[in-house]
Amino acid sequence: MSGYRLPAGGRVDRSKPVTFRFDGKTYQGFAGDTLASALLANGVTLFGRSFKYHRPRGVLAAGNEEPNALVSIHRGPGRFTPNLRATNVELHDGLNASSQNRWPSLKTDFGAINDRLGMFFPAGFYNKTFMWPRSFWERLYEPAIRKMAGLGDAPTENDPDTYTATYAHCDLLIVGAGPAGLDAALEASGTGKRVILIDEQDEAGGGALADPALWPWLERSMKALNAAAKVTILTRTTAFGYYHDNFIGAVERLTDHLPENSDGPREKLWRIRAGEVLLAQGAIERPLVFDGNDTPGVMLSSAAKTFANRYGVAVGKSLALMAVHDSGWHDVFALKKAGIAIAAIIDARTDVDGDLKAEAAALGISVHLDHSVIGVSGRHQVNSIEICANNGNARRTIPCDALLMAGGWTPSVHLWSHSKGSLKWRDDLGAYVPDQANENCRSIGACAGDWDFGKGAVFDVLPTLRDQARIKAFVDFQNDVTAKDINLAVREGFRSIEHIKRYTTNGMATDQGKTSNLNGLQIASTALAKAVPDIGLTTFRPPYTPQTFGALAGHAKGALFQATRTTNIDGWAEENGAVFELVAQWRRARYFPQPGEDMHAAVNRECRAVRGGVGIFDASTLGKIEVVGPDAAEFLNRMYTNPWKALEPGRCRYGLLLKEDGFITDDGVSARLAPDRFHLTTTTGGAARVLNMMEDYLQTEWPDLNVWLTSTTEQYAVIALQGPNARKLLEPLVQGIDLSPEAFPHMTVREGLICGVPTRLFRVSFTGELGFEINVPTAYGRALWERLMADGADYGITPYGTEAMHVLRAEKGFIIVGQDTDGTVTPYDAGLDWAVGKKKPDFVGRRSLARPDIVAAGRKQLVGLLTEDPNMVLEEGAQIVADPKQPVPMTMIGHVTSSYWSETLGRSIAIGLVANGHAIMGETIYVPMPDGVIRATVTSMVFYDPEGARLHV
Amino acid sequence: MILIHCPYCDEQRPEIEFAYAGQAHIARPANPDSYSDEEWERFLFFRANPRGRHHERWRHTHGCGRFFNAVRDTVTDKFETTYKAGEPRK
Ligand SMILES: [Zn+2]
Repeated sequence: MSGYRLPAGGRVDRSKPVTFRFDGKTYQGFAGDTLASALLANGVTLFGRSFKYHRPRGVLAAGNEEPNALVSIHRGPGRFTPNLRATNVELHDGLNASSQNRWPSLKTDFGAINDRLGMFFPAGFYNKTFMWPRSFWERLYEPAIRKMAGLGDAPTENDPDTYTATYAHCDLLIVGAGPAGLDAALEASGTGKRVILIDEQDEAGGGALADPALWPWLERSMKALNAAAKVTILTRTTAFGYYHDNFIGAVERLTDHLPENSDGPREKLWRIRAGEVLLAQGAIERPLVFDGNDTPGVMLSSAAKTFANRYGVAVGKSLALMAVHDSGWHDVFALKKAGIAIAAIIDARTDVDGDLKAEAAALGISVHLDHSVIGVSGRHQVNSIEICANNGNARRTIPCDALLMAGGWTPSVHLWSHSKGSLKWRDDLGAYVPDQANENCRSIGACAGDWDFGKGAVFDVLPTLRDQARIKAFVDFQNDVTAKDINLAVREGFRSIEHIKRYTTNGMATDQGKTSNLNGLQIASTALAKAVPDIGLTTFRPPYTPQTFGALAGHAKGALFQATRTTNIDGWAEENGAVFELVAQWRRARYFPQPGEDMHAAVNRECRAVRGGVGIFDASTLGKIEVVGPDAAEFLNRMYTNPWKALEPGRCRYGLLLKEDGFITDDGVSARLAPDRFHLTTTTGGAARVLNMMEDYLQTEWPDLNVWLTSTTEQYAVIALQGPNARKLLEPLVQGIDLSPEAFPHMTVREGLICGVPTRLFRVSFTGELGFEINVPTAYGRALWERLMADGADYGITPYGTEAMHVLRAEKGFIIVGQDTDGTVTPYDAGLDWAVGKKKPDFVGRRSLARPDIVAAGRKQLVGLLTEDPNMVLEEGAQIVADPKQPVPMTMIGHVTSSYWSETLGRSIAIGLVANGHAIMGETIYVPMPDGVIRATVTSMVFYDPEGARLHV
Repeated sequence: MILIHCPYCDEQRPEIEFAYAGQAHIARPANPDSYSDEEWERFLFFRANPRGRHHERWRHTHGCGRFFNAVRDTVTDKFETTYKAGEPRK
C-alpha cells in the first residue's frame, strides 16, 4: 500500500483488506474505509472534473458536504448510481466506481479547454450568449452544452432493485448521533419515551469518530443505548426532509455497503411522526476563498483530521494550513502528533491566542500571522503555495502537497429551515443559527452554534496582491461559481441574494450550497455594502442530500403503481382471449377477437350478433349507489334534472346530473325499488365523484333530509343481455318474474331469482335492442355468465366488449358523459331537453340554465355527422370548420367527439360538438386533415331505429 | 404531512385521509330563482383567496365521511381550528 496510510490509528480494520476499482484500476483499502479515504491512502488526489470549466478536482471534505468528489457506482446491469459523494461511499469488496464529467479520461480531459476559455464564462453567460436565434438554442447550443456540462450520466436501464417503506411513531426523534445527539438520547433513554435516533453514517458518533479521546465514551454510550428498551438507532439513515407537524422523511440504505448487494430491498423510506424533534446535525466547516482554492489537495482542515484520526490516512506528506479560525490550529496539532509533517500555519488574523502560538512553537511549526495564501501551484495536486503578508509584503513560496482551510463553521440548519423555524444572524460566528421554532423542535449542539471549536474571524475573499478580476477563487465548487461571478451579479444590478443565487447558480448544485452559501453571502454583503442579515438568506428545501427516486417510489411501481379493479367475470374474459382496456381503474374487456380477427372484424361481428341475435356484456363496473330513506325521492328530485317523486316503484328513469354551474357531470339509469329505496347507476368513472357530490349536498345543504347513501358498485355483478333473443334466453332461468312485454316493459325493474340467485333485473338498453341488465350478488357473476353462455349457444350468444358497446350506443345517439361532453355542455347543448323537469322549482344546476352565456346563441351543440364518403371514418378529436378555404389558422367551430364504423348501417357515423349545431341540420361542415378536407353533413344523432321500435318488443 | 383534527371522530389524523372541499360558509340559496344573474355569478364563481386565515371545508373521506369546517392559515399552513358543519363561523 502507498505511504499515505498512517502506520497506526483510525477505526478501519487493518486485518480486513478490501479490493475495489476506480476508473478501471484496482486498489486496496480496509474495511471501514470510504471510497475517498481508500483512494487518498493510495495517493490518488484527482477525483473528478468540475461542472463548467472541467477543472481537476480532489476531495474537499470528509462528509456529505463534499462538492467535488462525485462518483458513479456500478453494481451490474441496471444498477448504476451517479453523483455519489466518494466521502459517503462505504468501501466493500468488488466496489466498482468511476469518475465523472471527463472525456476521454480523468487525467486527459478534452473539456478542460473550457478552463482556458474561462474568462468567457461569466455569470449569466448562457442567458446572455445563447439568446438568439431560438432555433439555434434547440438544435445547437443546448445539445452541445448538455454534452459538455453536467454531472454524471443518467441511468439508461430500468432499476431492477426493490425498495421498501415504513411508518414509525415516537415521542422523541433525534437527528444526528454525534456527541450532542448521543447525550440527548442517553438522557431520554431512562424516561420511558419512545426514542428514535437517526444518523446518516455507518456508525453513530458523528464528530467523535474523528476524536480518539472520545472513543471510550462513545463505546459506553452505544452500549447503554443498545440496551435501552425503547430506543431505536437507525444508522446509514438520512433524514432528508422535515415536513408539517413533526413529520420527517428519512431513507435507510440497506444493501449498498454489502459486497453481495442485489438481494432484498436496497433502501427503506421511513415516514416518522415524532412528538418532539431534536436536531443535532452538527456544523460544516467553511472553505476560504482565494486564487486556486480548488486545486486537488486543498481541503477543509477538519476533513484532514477526520481522514487521519478516523481512517488512518494522511492527506499529504507535508501539510500547510490557511486559517481564520482556531479550530484549524487544533487540527494540525493533532495531525502533527499523528506523525504528519506540517509545513506552516498561515492565519489571516493579526493575532491569535497565546496558547495556540505556544503549542505551535512547542511542536516546531512555523507560523505566519496576518498572512494569506495568494496562489497555489500544481495542477493535479498541490506542490507549493504562495503566501504574502496582508499588507502586501513578505511574499514567499512554501512547498507542500496539501493545503488545509479553516474558514470557520456553518451550523447545519437545513432541517430546521425545512420546518420553517426562523434564523438569526450571529456576527461573532458569521453564521445563521436557529431562532424561533415553528414545530415542537429544538436544535442542540453545533447546529445551534453551540460548539467548542474555538473562535475565528470572518473573511469574504482573502487579501491578495493579484487583480481580483483575474483570479479563480471558487465559492461554489460544484457549480464552478467564483467570487468574481458574485461581484459581477451585484455590478449588473442584482440586489436580493435569491436573485444573485439564481443568476450565478451559487448554491444550486446537488449539495445545495452546504459549503458555499455563507461565503456567497459574505461576498455579496461586501459588494453591496450591506450587512448580511439585510440581504436575506436563500431557502433550504428537501432533500437534505439527494435521494433515489426508487426510495421515494417504494413499492408504488409496475403493477403496484395503481390498483387495477377487476370484475367477477374478468377471469372468464381473460381465459377467452379478451383484449382489455383500462376505464378509470377498471380493467374492461374491449373486444373478444376470434382467431384471425383484428379489432375491426371482431367489433363488427359483435355488433351484428347484438342486432341479430343476442350479445352478452359485463357491465359490472357501472357505478351503483343505494339511496334509502323516507326523503329519498325528494333528495333525488333536488339532485337530478328529472322529476323523481312520481316515479312508481318498479320503474326506471334516465337521470341527468348537473353541477351547480349547469353543466352535465354524470348520467345513468336508476330504478325505484320501493317508496323509500332507489338503485342508482352512474358512469363507470364517475361513481366516487357522484357519491361525494351527493354526500356533500346531503350533509351540508339539506341535513334535514332523512336519506342514506351507500356505494354498492362492488356488491353486484351486472350482466347486460342485449338483442332480439334476450328474452327467450332469459325466460327459463328466471323465477318469480313475468318477462312478458306487458308485465315487464322497457324501463322497468323487477326483483326475483335467476338460477336460484336473488336478482334485481332491469329491463333497460344501451344498445337500442330488447335488453336486460341482470344484477346478482358479485360472487355469482361468473357462474351466471357461464350459464348464459351455455344456454345461449342456440341463440348465437356472443360476448361483446366496450368497443362494440360504444358503436351500438352511438348508432342510437346515446352520449357518453366525459367523451361527448367535456364539462361545458348543458342538457340543451346535448339535446337532452326532454330529461329536464320543466315544472320542478329547483334542482342542482337549474338556476344556471338561465345564465346569460348559457342561453346565448351560438353555443356548441351535440349533433350527428355523416361523411359524404360513407367509408371515411372521422378521427375523434378532429377539428371542424365552416369554410375550408379560409387562411390558417382557421376558425374552428367544433370537434368530433365520437366516430365509428357502423356495421349495422354499412357506413361511418360520428357525433360532434358544433357551434349552433341544432340550427344547421342538413348543412355541410368540413374537417381539415393532413391528407385533405373531409366533407360531412350535420344530422340527428340518432342513426338507427329512431322510433325505438326494436326496444318495445 | 399535516395532521387534521376531525371534529366528528375527535382525532388528529394525517391529511391523506381527508379531501379539501373548497371555501366554507357558502350556503346554497333556498330559492336560487330569486338571485339576479350577478348574484348567482358571485355565488358560483367568486371565492376568497386570503393571505392568512381561511375558512374552508374538508371531508374525512377515508374516515367517517363527514364534511366539516376549518380555519387554516394559508401562510403557515397551520390549522387554527376545525368544527362541525352547521356550527357558526369561527
Ligand atoms: Zn372523521
